[in-house]
Amino acid sequence: MKASDLAPAYDLVVIGGGPAGLAAAALAARAGLSTVLFDENPGVGGQIYRAIASSPVADRAVLGEDYWVGSDLAVEANASPALIVTGATVWSLDPSRVVGVSIAGQARLIQAGRVIIATGSLERPFPVPGWTLPGVMSAGGAQTLLKAQGLVPGGRTVMAGGGPLLWLLAAQILRAGGKLDAILDTTPRGNWLRALAHLPDFVLSPYFSKGLKLLREVRAKVRVIRIDRLQAVGDDRLREVVFGTGEGERRMPADLLLLHQGVVPNVNLAIAAGVAHAWNERQLCFEPVLDQDFETSVRGIAVAGDGAGIAGGTAAAERGRIAAIAAVRALKPEALVPDVQTVRQRLQRESMGRAFLDWLNRPADSFRQPEGETIVCRCEEVTARQVRDTADLGCEGPNQMKAFLRCGMGPCQGRLCGLTVTELIAAQRGTTPAEVGYYRLRPPVKPITLAELASLPIAEAERKAVER
Amino acid sequence: MFKRLADAGVAVAITVDGKHVGARSGDTVAAALIAAGIDHCRTTPVTGAPRAPYCLMGVCFECLVTIDGVGSRQGCLAPVRDGMTVETQSGKREAGR
Amino acid sequence: MAASDYDVAVVGGGLVGAATAWGLAREGCRVVVLDEGDRAVRASRGNFALVWVQSKGLGLPEYAGWTIRSSNAWGGFAQTLKEETGLDVSFQRPGGFHLALSEKELEARASILKRLHNQPGIVDYKTEIMDRAQVAKMLPDIGPEVVGGSFCPLDGHVNSLRLYRTLHTAIKARGVTYLPGRRVENITREGGEFRLATASGEIRAGKVALAAGNANMHLAPMVGLEAPMKPERGQIVVTERLRPFLNHPVVTLRQTDEGTVMIGDSKEESVDPAGLTLGVSATEAERAVRLFPLLANVNVVRTWSAIRVMTQDGFPIYDESETHPGAFTVCCHSGVTLAANHALAIAPMIARGALDTSLVAPFSARRFHVQAAG
Repeated sequence: MKASDLAPAYDLVVIGGGPAGLAAAALAARAGLSTVLFDENPGVGGQIYRAIASSPVADRAVLGEDYWVGSDLAVEANASPALIVTGATVWSLDPSRVVGVSIAGQARLIQAGRVIIATGSLERPFPVPGWTLPGVMSAGGAQTLLKAQGLVPGGRTVMAGGGPLLWLLAAQILRAGGKLDAILDTTPRGNWLRALAHLPDFVLSPYFSKGLKLLREVRAKVRVIRIDRLQAVGDDRLREVVFGTGEGERRMPADLLLLHQGVVPNVNLAIAAGVAHAWNERQLCFEPVLDQDFETSVRGIAVAGDGAGIAGGTAAAERGRIAAIAAVRALKPEALVPDVQTVRQRLQRESMGRAFLDWLNRPADSFRQPEGETIVCRCEEVTARQVRDTADLGCEGPNQMKAFLRCGMGPCQGRLCGLTVTELIAAQRGTTPAEVGYYRLRPPVKPITLAELASLPIAEAERKAVER
Repeated sequence: MFKRLADAGVAVAITVDGKHVGARSGDTVAAALIAAGIDHCRTTPVTGAPRAPYCLMGVCFECLVTIDGVGSRQGCLAPVRDGMTVETQSGKREAGR
Repeated sequence: MAASDYDVAVVGGGLVGAATAWGLAREGCRVVVLDEGDRAVRASRGNFALVWVQSKGLGLPEYAGWTIRSSNAWGGFAQTLKEETGLDVSFQRPGGFHLALSEKELEARASILKRLHNQPGIVDYKTEIMDRAQVAKMLPDIGPEVVGGSFCPLDGHVNSLRLYRTLHTAIKARGVTYLPGRRVENITREGGEFRLATASGEIRAGKVALAAGNANMHLAPMVGLEAPMKPERGQIVVTERLRPFLNHPVVTLRQTDEGTVMIGDSKEESVDPAGLTLGVSATEAERAVRLFPLLANVNVVRTWSAIRVMTQDGFPIYDESETHPGAFTVCCHSGVTLAANHALAIAPMIARGALDTSLVAPFSARRFHVQAAG
C-alpha cells in the first residue's frame, strides 16, 4: 500500500491497531462506514497483542491465554471491510480532522469524517541514574522482543520496578526458559494502606486470582528484593545494578536491566490536535477529557483504549466499540449497530479492581522525581538538577523549561520526559502537576522528512505567506 | 544479552556496518541488532554517549540507525529485508544522507 | 522587601524585558520584572535568532544606524553575559545571506537594497548583490535553482533560547526580582510612584518600563503613552541535529550551534498562537529543499508558530511619558538584534530617568501622528 493509493477522504480514520483500534475499525466498517486504520508497526495488535498474527512463540502457554485472545480481534478486523494499513505513521491531526500520514517515505493528508485515536499507552518514564546506558531497556521492550521475535534474555538479567506488566513479563520469560537473577521491587510498602479501601472490589474481579497466581509463579523461581534506590552502573554499557534496601546498599553484576513502573496514556497526537487533557492523580498522568462515548473536547475526535486512561486490553476493545458506535450514529444513523448499553456494561465489569491495582502499584515519588545528575530528557540529555535549578529561576512550567533547557525538543518530543519534567517543576514550586500542565505539542508528532513536508498541498495564500 | 527461542521464520541477510548479520523474517532492524549482540546502535548528537534500543515500540528514538543510506530511521519500526544495509550512527547526522 | 521598594518595574519577562532589567540592575537599580505564565504568548520562545542588519531601515534610515550600533555591541554583550553566568549564547557574525530562487526574486531584492541605500542619511552597511557563482563560493551546498543573493558582512546570529535563559540567570544573579504569573491588569501613578495591579496583588515602583511586546498596545495608554501594534503569526520548521554544513545564516534558514536547522519565515494575519497552517510549513520546507537539496531526507522534529511583536510600521518604539513621568515604552520586533542596545543603551537612559533624544528621538510613537497628519 502506498500513500498515493489512499482515498482523499474516509468516514472514519482509526489511528492505532491495538485492541481499541481493531475493535473500532471492525465495528464501524461492518456498519457501513468507509474506514481506514493506520498503524506504524509492521503488524497489528498494538503492544498488548504485539505480533498477534506472526509471533514465532509456538508454545501458547509462554505468552498465556490473555495474549492469544487478541487474535480474534485481528481476525475480525481483517475480515471486515476496513482498510488496515500497517507501516503507516500518523504525524498530524488537526481540529478539522485532517490526518497527516506517511507510508514508506511518502506523506498524504486525508480528510476524516470522524477520528478515533487509539494510540494506547507507553511506559511511564523511569529516570534512574544510568538508565540511558546500553543494556538498560524497558520491560515492555523486552516483551516486544519476546512476542514478535521470540527473543529471551540470555545473560545476567535483573528486572526492576513494579506493576502488573513487570510480573507478567517475568512469568513469560521464565516460561520461555529464560533466567532472571532478581526482581527489584520499587513499590512503596505504604501503598497497601491506600489500596485497601478498594480491596473488596478487587477480590471480586478476575485480576485477583490471575494476579495471585502470577506472583506465586514468579516468586517460586526468582529472588524478589524490595528496594528504595536504584542505579545502573557502567562505562559504555551496563556492568552492574546498584540498589538500596532497608539494610543498605547492594551491587549485582548484570548484562541486562529491565525497567518498568506502569504505563501512561500516549498523549502526543491528541494534545497536538488540541484535545483538552486533565491530570489523573490516581494514575499520575495526563489523560484526555472525554464524554461517555469517548469523544474529546474537539468535535468528531474520540480517544479510545488506554490512551483514554489506563484500563487494560479488554476494556480497550470495549471502549473502541463504544467510540465506533458513536461514529456510526453520527454519520450513518440508519445503520445497524450493537446495543451500546450492553457494551457499556461489559466495560463496567472490566473496570472492577483497577482502583486497587492503581493504588497498590503507584510508583514512589523518588522514582518519578529524580535528583542530581540523573538524566531526565534522554534526547537532549538534560538532568534533574538542571530542571530543578531552572524551576528556581522562576520557570513556571514545561514550555518555559523547554525553551530554557531544550528538554522535550528532541525526536521523542517529550514522550520520555514530559511527565518527569512536569512533576519536577511541581515538586520544586510546591504546586501540583495539574497546575503546572504539560508541553504544548504540534505536528509533526513523529518526524517526517523535509521532502515529505514539502510534498504536501500548498494553497496560493499559504505560498504567499512565505514568498513575499 | 538475548537468545532466540527457535529459529522461526526465514533467514534474512542484512549487513550492519558492512558486516553480515543473520536476521530472521519478522525481525525489525532493532531486534536484529539486539539478536546479533550489537551493543549500541548510535552515539548521541549531544554528548556522544552510546545508546541502544530502549522501548522497541517507536516512542523513544534511541534505535535511530541509517538504513539503506537514509539516516535517523527508527530501527524498531523497520522490518528487515534481504540485502538491507544498516549502519550505526555516530553523533550528529550528516546532511545529505 | 516591601512592595514599594523597587526603583523600576519592568513589565514583560521576554528578551526585551529581561535585557532591559539586566541593564537596569547593572546601573544599580532595584528592579522587579512582572511576567505572565508558562502558556503566555511569547515571541521570545519563537524567534529566528538572527542578529540581522541587511534590509533594516527602509522608511526610517535612523533604524539602520540603531541596528548597526547593537550589532557592533553584541560581541561585548555576549562576553559580559558569559562572564556573569558561565553560559555562552553562541553569538557569531560571519555575515549573512538573503537568497533568491528566481531572477525575479533577485531583482526585487536588488531594488529594495537600492531604495534603502538611496535614502538620505543612511549608513553604508556594505550589503552587496552576489551572483550564483559568488554565492556558491561561500555556500557550496546551494541548489541549482539559486540564482544569487545579497550578502551583508555585519549579519550574524545567536542561540536565542540560550540568550533567554542566560538573561534570566543573569538577572537573578544581579538580584532582580522576577515574578512570573503576574499579568499586569492596570497601572496608575499615585504619590510619585507607579502602582501595578495584578490578580495576586499590587506592585509599587518609582518607574515603569513597558516591555510586554504586543500587550504594550493595551498597557501604554494607562500611562499616557501609545504603542500601535499589528501582531502577526510566523511559523518555523526545525530539523534534527546535523553536522555543520552551513557557515553563514540565511535570512530564512540557519544552522544553530546545536546543529538543528531552523527554517522560516512566514507571515499570516492570524493571532492564534496554538494554530499551525501545514501548507505554510510545506512552503517553507519546499523552499528549504530548493535552497539546499541535501536537506531533503533530513527529519523535521518540530514546528512552531508564534506571534511576532510588530509595531504598525515595523520600527521600534522608545518613549517616555509626558503625563506620567517615569513611564517608558521599550517595544520592538527585533528583540534579539537589539538586545545589546536595550541592555547597554536604553536601560541606562531609564535608570537616569530620561531618554537620550539624540539617539532615540526618531523612534517615538509621535511619528504615527506626523504621518497621519501628513
